[in-house]
Amino acid sequence: MFENLIAGVEMLARWDVFAALLVGSIGGVIIGAIPGVGPAVAIAILLPATFSMEPIVGLTMLLGIYGSSMYGGAIPAVLINTPGTAVNALTSYDGYPMTERGEGHRAVSLAYSASFWGGIFGIISLILLSPVLAYIAPMFGSREIFLAALLGIILVILAHRGQIFAAGLLAMFGIFLQTVGLDAVTYTQRYTFGYSFLSSGINLIVVVLGLFALSQAFFLLTAPDTSPDAKPVTGRMTDGFKELLKHKRVATVASGFGVILGMIPGTGEFTAQFMSYTYAQKSSKKPDLFGKGSPEGLIASEAANNAVPAAAMIPLLALGIPGEALTAMMLSVFYVHNVIPGPQLFQNNIDLVYGLYMALILLNVIVVVFLLFSTNLLTRIIRVPTRFLGVMILILSFVGVYSLRNSLTDCMIAAGFGVLGLILKRLNLPIVPIILGMVLGGIMEVKLRSSLPRLKTPLDMIDRPIAFILFSLILLVLALHLRTLLKEYRAHQPELDHDMHDTQMR
Amino acid sequence: MSRVKTLQALFQRYRRPGDIVFAWVVLGVSLFLLAQIFTQTAYKPNGKLFAQPRFWPAVSLLGMSGFALFHLIGSLLSERIQGRWQEVLLWASSLEYAAWFIMYAVLVPWAGYLPSTVLFSVLLVLRAGYRSKTALISAAVSAVVIVVLFKTFLQVKLPAGQIYELLPDGLRQIMLTYF
Repeated sequence: MFENLIAGVEMLARWDVFAALLVGSIGGVIIGAIPGVGPAVAIAILLPATFSMEPIVGLTMLLGIYGSSMYGGAIPAVLINTPGTAVNALTSYDGYPMTERGEGHRAVSLAYSASFWGGIFGIISLILLSPVLAYIAPMFGSREIFLAALLGIILVILAHRGQIFAAGLLAMFGIFLQTVGLDAVTYTQRYTFGYSFLSSGINLIVVVLGLFALSQAFFLLTAPDTSPDAKPVTGRMTDGFKELLKHKRVATVASGFGVILGMIPGTGEFTAQFMSYTYAQKSSKKPDLFGKGSPEGLIASEAANNAVPAAAMIPLLALGIPGEALTAMMLSVFYVHNVIPGPQLFQNNIDLVYGLYMALILLNVIVVVFLLFSTNLLTRIIRVPTRFLGVMILILSFVGVYSLRNSLTDCMIAAGFGVLGLILKRLNLPIVPIILGMVLGGIMEVKLRSSLPRLKTPLDMIDRPIAFILFSLILLVLALHLRTLLKEYRAHQPELDHDMHDTQMR
Repeated sequence: MSRVKTLQALFQRYRRPGDIVFAWVVLGVSLFLLAQIFTQTAYKPNGKLFAQPRFWPAVSLLGMSGFALFHLIGSLLSERIQGRWQEVLLWASSLEYAAWFIMYAVLVPWAGYLPSTVLFSVLLVLRAGYRSKTALISAAVSAVVIVVLFKTFLQVKLPAGQIYELLPDGLRQIMLTYF
């Protein structure tokens, strides 16, 4: 393992990789801090630009944005009660009351230190788990990957509680979208309606840019203009680290939730944050303070969401299965460079894997150092008026869509998905199931086909240990869901606060 | 009766205005696509069921129609929220910006990336309701920064404008390559 770490460091010791990391991580903080743009929008726009770069350069840049946006997102969550990214939602529960009490500085610095704790915890888990992954990953054949992708789809649908039908229909729509075009094996047309532009299929990146970036531009442009107003904070930003040490237990358990839920496809930051927040409240000596400015609540939420990016890389790198929208986008960068994530990656490109780990550590350090000095600068940047921001997103989206293959048709398709995305955002329905449906649907189709020659009876599908475990997990997840439904039905529970489902990735 | 009521409660959900319009449209679209399955996909007589090109479109569209139906039932059983058509009008108003976007895409290969981006950004900022000098200057400057970042530095693949051909020799080459 040690020599792999050295190989990873070597990979990063180049000026272009370091520059990409610097641009990605600082850019990510700024993007995360502006309410209205989020990592999904930024990654979608930059994606085509990274195709011309080397894999490690492009990936570190995107990873930088992914890993650092949540740090930035905590600033408006704490100071103006508007989460910068969707996953900072719970941070505002306790962060904003602290600001109202005049403890804005304490809340911001605590958020940074908890984020750092979570981020580093996630990466250490990833590094420690790597040998295990390298051992287990080759046991995943077509059947296992098919079942894992199926589990991912089921979890994505079930994770949207209160909106399961909508999430289900959108995931199915995603699966349908990836079937459009010429079938690669039988060379028959599927749902092309005789149009030649549909023969090559619907491009994932065009859909991503439409659903995430263009829809956000439309959303901002059709809503009344506002300008977030954050007050600057004074005091030393390092204070938070000292206070964090008093709450090591909460921070560590929350990071643990982040790692576990980050690894499971389809669950992600929000569930991790929610579970660790609940844990922190239940185990706290002052549970009444939660929601009214409890430092523990703030720590739980920030540590959990920052542990997720590293953990989400696990299914992506080891199995080629993305767990949420951002890793799904990164998957396309791998594909463009012919680096196929999956079991072989750990055997053939282990230096790339460790290079990415190292990049993650470095980015957490860069971000914290940057934030120690620039928090007040960021409070000024986030005052960009929302409609102006919409215009800029529209212009940037064009670069993303058009540079793919200079096609006007792509722009029209993206605009169509932009309108669909706007409708979903206005209705507070999730967008992520469409993207995951497209990616996981494609994986399921290919893997099911390639496993068919070895199947004599349907039972052969699950006659290997890992396949059987995955199948049992699928049954377990479905059974647990039915049980909860029955319980709720018997208990006549009142509807939950579904505003917490504000899961639209900004 | 109470049993029926709780069964209804199971389908009720938190919604926003316009949800029912979305539910009807989505159900309609799913059923339409499903109805096309025999003409739009092929079936290979000797192939296995799971390897049929029709298999995944059929699974996804059946699933989509089923979920859409339940979504609609949920919407019908939940309390009505006022402001449905206002919301639909707002969705329609986003088509204007979609049209702006497509016009911009049409303009770029003709007028060049730099001029069209500056023009588009200033016009759209005006359309969004800003009139101050600061806003207009910021829009133009941001447009230039975006062009320099993506076209000049990152060398993203974008067509050179036909209008650049009219420029004098030295300048033409620079504009064709970098802007």
